[in-house]
Amino acid sequence: MRLELRGVTKRYGPLVANDHVDLTVEPGEIHCLLGENGAGKSTLMNVLFGMARADEGEVRIDGSPVRFADPGEAVAHGIGMVHQHFMLVPVFTVAENVVLGFEPTRALGFLDRRRARADIRLLSEQFGLEVDPDAVVEDVPVGVQQRVEILKALQRDAKLLILDEPTAVLTPQESEALFAIVRSLARAGRSVLFITHKLKEVLAVADRITVMRLGRVVGTTTASESGESELATMMVGRAVELVVRKGPARPGAAVLEISGLTVVDERGLVAVDGVDLEVRAGEILAVAGVQGNGQTELAQAITGLRPAVAGSIRIDGEELAGATPEAAIAAGVANVPEDRQVDGLVLDMAVEDNLVLDIFDRAPFARHGARDLAAVRSNAERKLVDFDIRAPSVLTPVGSLSGGNQQKVVVARELSRPVKLLVASQPTRGLDVGSIEYVHRRIVEERDRGVAVLIISSELDEVLALGDRVAVMYRGKITGVVDPAAGRDRIGLMMAGAAADPVAPAAPPEAGPPDRPETGAADPPEAGPPACPETGA
Amino acid sequence: MSLLEPEGVAGLPGSPDSRVVTAGRVRGMGAFLVAIAVLAALAFGVATPAGAHATFTLGAPPAVAVAPLEMSVRFVAVVCALVCAALGVLLVARRGARGSYLIFSLGVVAFVWSFLTWAARGTDLNFVQMLAATLISTTPLVYGSLSGIMCERSGVINIAIEGQFLAGAFLGAMIASVTGDLWLGVLAGAVAGAAFGWLLAFLSLRYGADQIIVGVVIVAFCTGLTNFLTAQVLTPYQATLNSPQTFSPIAIPLVDKIPVVGPVLFDQNVFVYLAAVLVVVVNVGLFRTRWGLRVRSVGEHPHAAETVGIHVLSVRYRNVVLGGLIAGIGGASFTIGSVGEFSSEMTAGLGYVALAAMIFGRWRPFGALGAALLFGFSVSLQSFLAVLNVGIPSPFLAMAPYVITVAVVSGLVGRVRPPAADGVPYRRE
Repeated sequence: MRLELRGVTKRYGPLVANDHVDLTVEPGEIHCLLGENGAGKSTLMNVLFGMARADEGEVRIDGSPVRFADPGEAVAHGIGMVHQHFMLVPVFTVAENVVLGFEPTRALGFLDRRRARADIRLLSEQFGLEVDPDAVVEDVPVGVQQRVEILKALQRDAKLLILDEPTAVLTPQESEALFAIVRSLARAGRSVLFITHKLKEVLAVADRITVMRLGRVVGTTTASESGESELATMMVGRAVELVVRKGPARPGAAVLEISGLTVVDERGLVAVDGVDLEVRAGEILAVAGVQGNGQTELAQAITGLRPAVAGSIRIDGEELAGATPEAAIAAGVANVPEDRQVDGLVLDMAVEDNLVLDIFDRAPFARHGARDLAAVRSNAERKLVDFDIRAPSVLTPVGSLSGGNQQKVVVARELSRPVKLLVASQPTRGLDVGSIEYVHRRIVEERDRGVAVLIISSELDEVLALGDRVAVMYRGKITGVVDPAAGRDRIGLMMAGAAADPVAPAAPPEAGPPDRPETGAADPPEAGPPACPETGA
Repeated sequence: MSLLEPEGVAGLPGSPDSRVVTAGRVRGMGAFLVAIAVLAALAFGVATPAGAHATFTLGAPPAVAVAPLEMSVRFVAVVCALVCAALGVLLVARRGARGSYLIFSLGVVAFVWSFLTWAARGTDLNFVQMLAATLISTTPLVYGSLSGIMCERSGVINIAIEGQFLAGAFLGAMIASVTGDLWLGVLAGAVAGAAFGWLLAFLSLRYGADQIIVGVVIVAFCTGLTNFLTAQVLTPYQATLNSPQTFSPIAIPLVDKIPVVGPVLFDQNVFVYLAAVLVVVVNVGLFRTRWGLRVRSVGEHPHAAETVGIHVLSVRYRNVVLGGLIAGIGGASFTIGSVGEFSSEMTAGLGYVALAAMIFGRWRPFGALGAALLFGFSVSLQSFLAVLNVGIPSPFLAMAPYVITVAVVSGLVGRVRPPAADGVPYRRE
């Protein structure tokens, strides 16, 4: 199928999300759409998939113009979409999810489960997508869930498959497996539109690359014609520093000591399983792992948001397991939460109030039970400057700021108290490159001031760029603590549960060569520091 | 770690049962059984004179005569207490959670048996009639909970069942009385319920109003309206407007001759049979057909449903109206099923009990049926105990169904998973 977008424009009020976008995907082509968060990629896909209506321009399939009122029509025209947040019903089986909306039935609308299974088996074999049709979706790993999404599209006979940020939740090895599937689809004559903001992926998989910035197409190129830094420049609009600048860590005494920590999730299942961890003053410990392996619960336990079932959490020797968030704050814990819009900010409240959420009830912001609004105001005005927060005014509701500025408000608030331990979960998720650079710089500054820093990130690049040591978490356990120089491949394997490697000492990264596995046959550590721009979202 | 082990065992992934039943809960159920066993042994056994006997009548007049069951109260109390305690110990001692609810139920049955024997000491209890009455009081609850399942499986909370009951009961009685045709009464009840189902759907789907608030408002509206119309219209013209016939029991040939079971199950009115059919139909529909798969997908993950071309709002509309229709038929069963006239607020909060039955039954038709039977039994128990010498004032007995509802919903159910999008308004992006 040949897909053409011509002059597609989509406005949301004064905001032009897509500005006369032209894009052509040839049959059997893997076409990458590259752009930062907020560049307009998702809007374009929503237009293409009938979830939003374009204000101008047209979509052509094999030369004839089409217009989709809803996703059903897009599907009928052979377009399949794998959403970034999977559109799967967690309590349904794989087979039920694949056939939903397209069910083979017998008389009276009874489901024909046998045919559903057979169809799925056939497709799985054809494209190398291994799944068990009877497994319940919420019980299978994310990588398999993604295969189910792809099967769903194929079962509807999709000629063009749109993959929206497909590797965001995968380990590096799972990503490789996905690339293989994508290539086999292209060989079978199907077109693939691969949306991402990760440069490495684009270069690994794309036949052609279209780069978007601020709602416009900046250019189209191929992998062989361009390298990482050129793509980064196109994507951001200026030359980008591809590294996080940081000197060697000078670790001091242990600040955070966790031993035997066990935490359960909402369903009562063990999420953190007997974890031991230590973070020293003046070092960054980065926790790597595919999302949903207990990192969220670990951070919540440290910050007092979730009770520990067993084990201890000490900050400078003071026991914090079972303490309230207030006690954690008093002990010097700063928390940059995973979801700033839910846990970090009150979106409808003004910037100035969000900046004092933690200490609004004590001096200098309150006296004798009454708030001192002038102090709140002047504090906010100072922070706007100090932390480079771009807001129309301190009275603007924080929800109307961009993601980057929202995150800066969170960071500003959390770093405005005396801090011993900074816990930052997914600190740059959904941010633009400028904000990513800023947040990273700020985190390194805190480290250099002697703060113990715990970073939790599912972006391997970010973990490698920031961490002085890297702890890998898998199914609630720490599979090992290694030097970041151990390399993507080894850490990737550990993220998938590979046996723990010898534990790296809590030493500066430049101290001696990185550990090698016992066999000595593993890949050498990656040369050079990891790249930066793909550390977002 | 040892602290967590049982939790881990009970929470093995892959088996839906184990997710819900935790080890602590199983132990609690076991301890509860042991406690009520001790109570039974002391109160019904030791405290009862040795010679006291109770008689259970097992045959209603038209059915096959079965010899009455005469039992020594103390003997039954001791045996039941032993059984109950043994099951309790089993629950505490065993590993794994599978079948816990079954064991628990058996223990409770043993306790209830000894309690009934004790209550009927020195006199006799018509056991068959009591079970038949259980079925009668269960019937509206089944309609109500099926209504709830229809709505909530598609993601809309129907807290207006009580109001749909009242509307169905009122209009069913009136139309049946005026036309003299009971089936028209059923139809009228269904239409009344469906109308308020439509109102709930219209306000909460079209305008995204809060489903709970709309539901509560509908209940208040139906209560007020039927009270007003009863006083102003039905009472002055009682003979023409509020004197419907009632459906008489239909004995099903052959099976109605089975001792005990026959008169209880197979000599009932159409409402009871229809409820049974509906339970099966809704269950098969939800879990075996394309319609059910789509309904459940809309209740679990409407965005996913939308992306595969399912129209979320139409599915919800249809189901909420159908749910109202079922509740309306259940309402009609109050008037033209048994009582034979409409009186103010005659549904007495059973719409909410039906909702509790739906939750206890985990949003599944057969589960809801089981829960409704439990609540129905407590209703009939209360009315039968009133004539026996229990020594509990009747107002307290009248509370029994509601107390059991609260106890079951808060303590026994534990954490159940409603449809994930239940009560969440859907908006397209």
